[in-house]
Amino acid sequence: MSLDNQSPELFGQTPWQTLGPFFHYGLPWKGGADLVGDRDIGARADLIPAGHDRLRRQGARGPIAGQVVDIAGFVFDGEGAAVPDALVEIWQANAAGRYNSASDRREAIPLEADFTGFGRAATGEDGAYRFRTILPGRVPGPGNSLQAPHAAMGVMGRGLLKRLVTRIYFEDGEGNDEDPVLALAPADRRATLIARRQSPAVYRFDIHLQGAHETVFFDV
Amino acid sequence: MPDRYAREDAGQPPSLHPAYASTLARSPRQPLVRIPQTLTETTGPGDWDRLMGPAMADLTTQHAGAPIGQRIIVSGRVLDESGRPAPRTVIEIWQANAAGRYVHANDQWDAPLDPNFTGAGRVVTDEAGAYRYVTVRPGAYPWKNHPNAWRPAHIHLSLLGPAFATRLATQMYFPDDPLFAIDPIAGAAPEPYRRRMVARFDLATTQPSWALGYLFDIVLRGPDATPADAAA
Repeated sequence: MSLDNQSPELFGQTPWQTLGPFFHYGLPWKGGADLVGDRDIGARADLIPAGHDRLRRQGARGPIAGQVVDIAGFVFDGEGAAVPDALVEIWQANAAGRYNSASDRREAIPLEADFTGFGRAATGEDGAYRFRTILPGRVPGPGNSLQAPHAAMGVMGRGLLKRLVTRIYFEDGEGNDEDPVLALAPADRRATLIARRQSPAVYRFDIHLQGAHETVFFDV
Repeated sequence: MPDRYAREDAGQPPSLHPAYASTLARSPRQPLVRIPQTLTETTGPGDWDRLMGPAMADLTTQHAGAPIGQRIIVSGRVLDESGRPAPRTVIEIWQANAAGRYVHANDQWDAPLDPNFTGAGRVVTDEAGAYRYVTVRPGAYPWKNHPNAWRPAHIHLSLLGPAFATRLATQMYFPDDPLFAIDPIAGAAPEPYRRRMVARFDLATTQPSWALGYLFDIVLRGPDATPADAAA
């Protein structure tokens, strides 16, 4: 028998594969990009034929502590064209700096059951995505360091064989100058990791997969 | 949960794989910046049903009638690379129908849709990391990557795992599919590791007079085995 999934000599990480272009009826649910309320953002209902929407819609939830903001932007390819079939995910702490995860055991910091900290958004035909969330609090970094407020981001989609990982920092975030991860990005490209405040409650964060403005992507 | 996860192993594809033409303009040209794993990367959402809703483990009973196609049972375990089970983790599933057509506005090739098949599912692993779902075997379908290009039959799978660092999306392929060996997407993962994505037919999980069984284990990144000072 030829080698396959069950061959002990092959045991190891399952390889990444692209989502392809047809993930919209399987992954991004309505409201998946609104981490604090019940706005109907994140999914692409226009791509799902009637009678085939099997994904849930985000339910109601209680108030979430913190400053509510939109994080919005576009995904571009190396030729500057919009990417209409990307999927963007974010993962972040709550306003107090606690992750809603069994692996964050810092019991003294408040947890909010209704704030998962995870969001998912499909890009539109124009390459745009939008999350509604709260500004994350600061979390510990390596050693005794403290990280500046940030959200982890993953970018997937057609033409992306594996997830690209980046981070969103905020231009007026406390501690950007001393953040241990931001400091690892080349100084001349660091700005690609910083969301710009467009209005009091909207941050702009574009993702360039390639090209002169290529976003800094991380090996984690 | 580990303080650090292993980095990707030799089986992972590169972002740029010219044979898969869409990677040309969508893969970074600058080197990835290696960062330490902090609490951000070693935590992850666990409350999957709050996020995505209840399980949908039978893709053949979502509509008024039964879908056309070969009914199959796919089962296996989600493990980490040290062999430990990954319990209570969600697997999201999507696929084409038996004719190779996706329920998607942008899939318009000349194959029939099946009113009784959507092709979207979702299961969560039990305490032993085990999962099982029922569906129909998807068909192959043409794509425009190169002349006369056809994707091998495959099922898309998406997993969160225990941490941001363990996220995985992959595709499950079928044994003895002649398209597998010439597929630029499967072929982006180096040999022999790409064969980790080929399910095995299994008579023991085949249900008599009802459905064929396939085994497919999914292996996520596990604890980093290197000493902390060596990794720093």
